[in-house]
Amino acid sequence: MKRSTAAAGILLGLMTSAAHADISIGFLATMSGPQGVLGQDMYDGFMLGIELAGGKLGGQKVTVIKEDDQSKPDVATQAVTKLIQKDRVPIIVGVTASNIMMAVHQRVTGSGTFLVGTVAGPTPVTGANCSENFFSTSWNNDSLHEAMGAYVTSTGYKKVLAIAPNIQAGTDAVNGFRRFYKTPLADEIYAQWNQADYSSEIGAIQSSRPDAVYAFLPGGMGINFVKQYQQAGLLGVIPLVTTSTIDGTTLPALKTLAVGAVTGGSYSPDLKNEANTQFVAGFKAKYGRLPSLYAAQSYDAARLLDSALAKVGGDVGKKPEFRKAMLQADFASVGGTFRFNTNHFPIRDYYRIDVEKDAQGQAAFVTKMTVLKDHADAYVAQCPLKD
Amino acid sequence: MSAQFLVSQMLNGLQFGVFLYLMAAGLTLVLGVMNFVNLAHGSLFMVGAYIAAASFERSESFAVALLGAVVGTGLLGLLLHGTLLARLQQAGHLKQVLATFGLTLFFNELVRIVWGPSSLYMQLPDALSGTVAVFGITYPAYRLAIVGAGVLVAIGLWLLVHRTRIGMLIRAGATNRDAVETLGVNINALNAAVFVLGAALAGFAGGVAAPLLSVQSGMGDPILILTLVVIVLGGIGSSKGAFQAAIFVALVDAAGRTFIPLILRSLMDRSLANAAGPAVASMLIYCVMAIILAVRPGGLFAARGR
Repeated sequence: MKRSTAAAGILLGLMTSAAHADISIGFLATMSGPQGVLGQDMYDGFMLGIELAGGKLGGQKVTVIKEDDQSKPDVATQAVTKLIQKDRVPIIVGVTASNIMMAVHQRVTGSGTFLVGTVAGPTPVTGANCSENFFSTSWNNDSLHEAMGAYVTSTGYKKVLAIAPNIQAGTDAVNGFRRFYKTPLADEIYAQWNQADYSSEIGAIQSSRPDAVYAFLPGGMGINFVKQYQQAGLLGVIPLVTTSTIDGTTLPALKTLAVGAVTGGSYSPDLKNEANTQFVAGFKAKYGRLPSLYAAQSYDAARLLDSALAKVGGDVGKKPEFRKAMLQADFASVGGTFRFNTNHFPIRDYYRIDVEKDAQGQAAFVTKMTVLKDHADAYVAQCPLKD
Repeated sequence: MSAQFLVSQMLNGLQFGVFLYLMAAGLTLVLGVMNFVNLAHGSLFMVGAYIAAASFERSESFAVALLGAVVGTGLLGLLLHGTLLARLQQAGHLKQVLATFGLTLFFNELVRIVWGPSSLYMQLPDALSGTVAVFGITYPAYRLAIVGAGVLVAIGLWLLVHRTRIGMLIRAGATNRDAVETLGVNINALNAAVFVLGAALAGFAGGVAAPLLSVQSGMGDPILILTLVVIVLGGIGSSKGAFQAAIFVALVDAAGRTFIPLILRSLMDRSLANAAGPAVASMLIYCVMAIILAVRPGGLFAARGR
């Protein structure tokens, strides 16, 4: 792997003047540790996007150089420095966590390297610190919570309790939710990061008897909470509305325990569009599981790059032309409608997606309704970019 | 605040305490009797949970899953002791800490390699999947069953240590290793037996926890830290002390998580209290530990002798 990467680097160095050089793309994600499952899904989705295009993007053969940031900002910074200076990649794709995005965004975009974020979308890079070299196939972090705020408003629940981890993303989640759900919250519970036992919090929920619970507990926290919420006999009794808690990466660990929960997002494997049908079939055939939204957005990144590279004849060196081609977003997103806003974040639909039993009795995501149509993030006005 | 709320939080504390005891009992035996620092105890817990989830997937039987966890981690304990840890018996605590910490990293990666990065699925046994009404509240039946199982293990362990010949040798070996060896007892075999028992207890705790928690790489690490607090407070080597300290730690932890955010809210701005509450609550048990160790360095419940 190392040798072939180096060889590709030398090859690229020799052939930069040639018209049809291969393209190296850096891929940065959290591949190990508790969040490693997200990075694996991202990588699998991205590689499938390249494979379904015949191993090429925009007609050019592609070499992907994978780096694991281990969920550590310092490791991520080293990895992108290596990708930019040693491997000389013109494009870096991925980035799982928001703190990693904050660590690498300026370093990558400031060097003139293009960065395509497929999951993390922290507010600074959406607003004031946006960059012309950055493109997101995901969202601003608030968008998912805004969508669920809008959904809960439509249900008429009056007494809503929110639970989130005691970190920046947790308070951001509750604030994003409240931007679209104006009724004062019955209570806000902040749990410790990576907390395993939620019996105390569930006791508080039982005693306050809200109309609904809004939960943002990513990864293992979500698995713990949903299991224990279900075991306390609350699932299906007090409606559970979630984001980033029950998703394609955690449902296999929850299975039918999560049936009855409501989730929200920009993607579900059951979305009916041609691009998604092809994607889901390809993903299932290759990896034997259903894709998560992380896989879907990384697959979208491959389709986006394919469309833009084709327009510039595979020459990323033509930066203004390539940027313009990217902005046109001339590809069919697996999540439905997709176009770029002036801050290079998508304007897209957000859905209510329920966990239900399918015909075989297995837990499955079922898209119920479009909660927000052509939704733009709340920070675009702060971004100085105007094209 | 209602009485039901208090009762449910008390039960939560009790249940978590019993769960901590299952972990602490094994660790305190190994540390107290063998004088061996085993930081890989959390890994044995994790491996127990993984074996339980994996055997549940094959057999769909909770009993088989639990048995698999106990036997599997017991065998793993035997293997670890035979190949590596017995050699470190006389090597001093620092080398034991380094070696067993290395083992935790090794096992965290190993389960990822064997079972993949995703969390595994495990459900409750059907008979215990409901809720029961106790003291005017509804409480998950499974959590009550954990309390019962923990109490049974505590009684069994007490009988083993205090009422059997093996228990007598274990206590004697802890007090004067050389004298026991001189009397013709194979102290290494005795140590191996203690280690296997500790490993099996950790595996049992892991198997019991698998339906409650996300079965994932590294799940044993946070539990290990609380377990260390328990055995330090309980007096190292004392399984009775471990039981009392486990309940104490869990009740303090539950009370902290319940009341500190409420108290802070009455004292300061709500958003500040929301941010500070969980942070202070998570520190509480360590603050209590520091105070107790300053006053009673031998631990809160250390019995005279053992």
